[in-house]
Amino acid sequence: MTALLVLEGVEARYGPVRALRGVTLEVGEGEIVAVLGANGAGKTTTLRAVSGTVRRSGSIKLAGRALSGGPEAVAKAGIAHVPEGRGTFAELTVTENLRLGAYTRRGKIDADVERMAAWFPWLIERGDQQAGTLSGGEQQMLALARALMSRPRLLMLDEPSLGLAPLVVREIFRIVRELNEQEGLAVLVVEQDARIALAAAHRAYVLEVGEVAVTGTSAELRENESVRKSYLGY
Amino acid sequence: MTNFLQQVVSGLASGGIYGALALALVLIHRATGVINFAQGEMATFSTYILWTLTQNHGWPYWPALAVTLAISFAGGFGVHQLVVRPVERGSVLRVVIVTIGLLLLINGAMTWIWSGEVRSVHSPFPTRTIDMGGVAISIQDLGTIGVSIGVVILLGLFFRFTKVGLALRAAATNPAEARLVGVRVPLLLGVGWGLATMLGAIAGALTAPTVFLDPNMMQAVLIYAFAAAVLGGIDSPVGAVVGGLLLGVGLNLLGTYVNFVGADLRLPAALSVILAVLLFRPAGLFGHRVVKRV
Ligand SMILES: Nc1ncnc2c1ncn2[C@@H]1O[C@H](COP(=O)(O)OP(=O)(O)OP(=O)(O)O)[C@@H](O)[C@H]1O
Ligand SMILES: [Mg+2]
Repeated sequence: MTALLVLEGVEARYGPVRALRGVTLEVGEGEIVAVLGANGAGKTTTLRAVSGTVRRSGSIKLAGRALSGGPEAVAKAGIAHVPEGRGTFAELTVTENLRLGAYTRRGKIDADVERMAAWFPWLIERGDQQAGTLSGGEQQMLALARALMSRPRLLMLDEPSLGLAPLVVREIFRIVRELNEQEGLAVLVVEQDARIALAAAHRAYVLEVGEVAVTGTSAELRENESVRKSYLGY
Repeated sequence: MTNFLQQVVSGLASGGIYGALALALVLIHRATGVINFAQGEMATFSTYILWTLTQNHGWPYWPALAVTLAISFAGGFGVHQLVVRPVERGSVLRVVIVTIGLLLLINGAMTWIWSGEVRSVHSPFPTRTIDMGGVAISIQDLGTIGVSIGVVILLGLFFRFTKVGLALRAAATNPAEARLVGVRVPLLLGVGWGLATMLGAIAGALTAPTVFLDPNMMQAVLIYAFAAAVLGGIDSPVGAVVGGLLLGVGLNLLGTYVNFVGADLRLPAALSVILAVLLFRPAGLFGHRVVKRV
């Protein structure tokens, strides 16, 4: 499998706090990769290092080209980042959120809005609703749809399950999985819910205090004694 | 009754100007969280550019206005990038001091470049009046009302239907997320400053024919614009315009029908509006609380 995103020895800090201490990981073309770990392990920071919203060092490459610069440049390079807490534009309408998703692209986007409607049928009829008034699950789906509007080479999701009912979480992961199977979408997903993440992902990394502690295929991690104890709870 | 209608129309004309400048204040406040005390001087500076082009260089009015607007846009953009951007995320006090410093700087520059003498700027509209059902209404007033309302509608369409307008709203309301979708936030906020400065230029060009052009021309107008913005709600574009129109008409009627409110009491009346709104309804008429579900 050809590598799409490659991180090598990535470090990041917030002032004196070293949040990442040399993270090395890889996402292949057409692959879903999960990042697991306890609170404060550095999962969010890993995604932020990729999108350039935190100061980082080390090497980060997308399809062989170094990613540098701020989030605008990273978005333009083809990475869509759905941040922790969803990150929709609460004061803008659903349709406006979708249009913003396609900001880095030129040309017609109507076809893409329709494509999103196929995945999320309610989006069209709710087009004029203020995003801030959607339910948590709807906002997460809108955030996902908005990210897809950019036709990303890599989708990054930060804890899509946070605060959502199990049914909604399953729906979101089902859609991600289908997008991956049907369109070859590559995904890097951060999750605390290891069970659902391992069910959807091909491979996973477990972070502990800013470093990769364990890595392997989802099946391997499910069998791993310490992963089971710490993150799967059986 | 005729007098009443005439007062209303001329109130709408001055109110349209207040509204335009108030809208400039609101735009900048929404984009960068800054109350721009230099808005009035920036507008006057633009008007001087218009005067220079029409009087000194003999340009026809409309091309001169177009060039003035373009220069104003660039000027506003530049002010944001060079002066405001370094301080906009800092303390409110710092930002206030910077815009007040800007006010003094621009005022001084105007006196230095154009000297303090009063100049007159022509109106693009004839000064004739037309008769509408027995009421004599000045074409100048009608033109002013038309231009200010037209500009506001154009701006509304721009924000609603263009990609740049949408990106600007995103950058203003949610800069971190805007960057994640690829919006170059500082650039867009500069565009916001540019647009506001253009609005100011229009307000200045509409004001100048009825008074005289001097470096302090827009200072009183700025106070009215503040009152309008506060009345409408400092974060509401619609509120700014409605506030401006209400204020213009209100002050005119007050001056006509309440004996002791002469021309000198217009400013204090506007200031009391600011005070009263801040005391009793701080969000203004149209100010809204952000709807958010957690
Ligand atoms: N803005 C910040 N300022 C200072 N320290 C921070 C900041 N954000 C994160 N940190 C610290 O960096 C470390 C990694 O945080 P990060 O948010 O990446 O963890 P996480 O794995 O995403 O945790 P969670 O599961 O709780 O979301 C933590 O020790 C955290 O306290
Ligand atoms: Mg996190």
